[in-house]
Amino acid sequence: MSELAAFWSYLSEGPLLWLGLTLAAYVAGDACFRWSGRRPWVNTVLIAVVILAAILWATETPYGIYFEGAQFVHFLLGPATVSLALPLFDTLGRLRRAALPVLAALAAGSLTAAVSAVAIAAALGVGPVELASLAPKSATAPVAIGIAERVGGAPTLTAVLVILTGIVGAVVATPLLNAMGIRDWRARGLAVGIASHGIGTARAFQVDATAGAFAGLGMALNAIATAFVAPMVLWLFL
Amino acid sequence: MIHTLIVLLACQLAGEAGARLLGLPVPGPVIGMVLMLGLVVAWPRLAVLARPTAEGILANLSLLFVPAGVGVVGHLSTLGTQAASLLVAVVVSTVLAIAAGAAAFVLVARLTGAADE
Repeated sequence: MSELAAFWSYLSEGPLLWLGLTLAAYVAGDACFRWSGRRPWVNTVLIAVVILAAILWATETPYGIYFEGAQFVHFLLGPATVSLALPLFDTLGRLRRAALPVLAALAAGSLTAAVSAVAIAAALGVGPVELASLAPKSATAPVAIGIAERVGGAPTLTAVLVILTGIVGAVVATPLLNAMGIRDWRARGLAVGIASHGIGTARAFQVDATAGAFAGLGMALNAIATAFVAPMVLWLFL
Repeated sequence: MIHTLIVLLACQLAGEAGARLLGLPVPGPVIGMVLMLGLVVAWPRLAVLARPTAEGILANLSLLFVPAGVGVVGHLSTLGTQAASLLVAVVVSTVLAIAAGAAAFVLVARLTGAADE
């Protein structure tokens, strides 16, 4: 038994096991997504996260140990964001023709996300630090955390709310936009990118290449817009 | 593939350095994306060269959010007693924001006649 325990501690303390399990959990999540007939509520990220959280809980592994393996995947978020320039480049001509609708969607989406979130939470009696953590939650994680620090929020809480927002957006976007009868891939992708950053953008790429490119654009634009919108909204409510 | 990675990392590095030096509120990778877009516009052949690697990364974009997502599970307790209220706010505001953004785009596209090709 003690040999088994020693063997386990050897494996679990290196990055190899957790990197491998992260990829395996993602493949399992993706398989579930395909088996379901690509249903939006069978979310690949969500399934992978639940599988890994269950493994960490069952083996009593701290997140820090897990992240030593998972950081190699996490690191690629930066180069992936830079890569979004290519699908943007492909849609540049269509983008130029749609400059006004894009700006309208940015103003409407960014303001609605921050105002409605803070208004609802304030009405439900949420405290000022939590409101400040909530206001930038539609921006991509590093931006949202930076803004939260400046407006008096708690960065860890903001990180939680940002990821939750991304997963909610990825799950609800397709049924919601179908119900609204919006068929324009530009509108669909852009709105998802503005409201639910990179996780929504990843979901948009699963659905349609144009939607993915416009989602990447929406994420980038709202990263900038939220820096101005979030402090303004908090000033209104605090 | 290695050449493309060098270009991507160089853009990100320039973005991170620029954000820090100029004290910009926008994160380095987003500035890096704008720089990369500028490079591709100036030299369209770069798009052809970089495409296989860049599209390979983007095809698995969802995977890259898994480590951060696992971190969230551990922090769910930080939501505390306000968890339900915050969850309602996140879900409702995200639904409203997607609806408002998409509706605004369609409306203004119709008004300005900015139809797709």
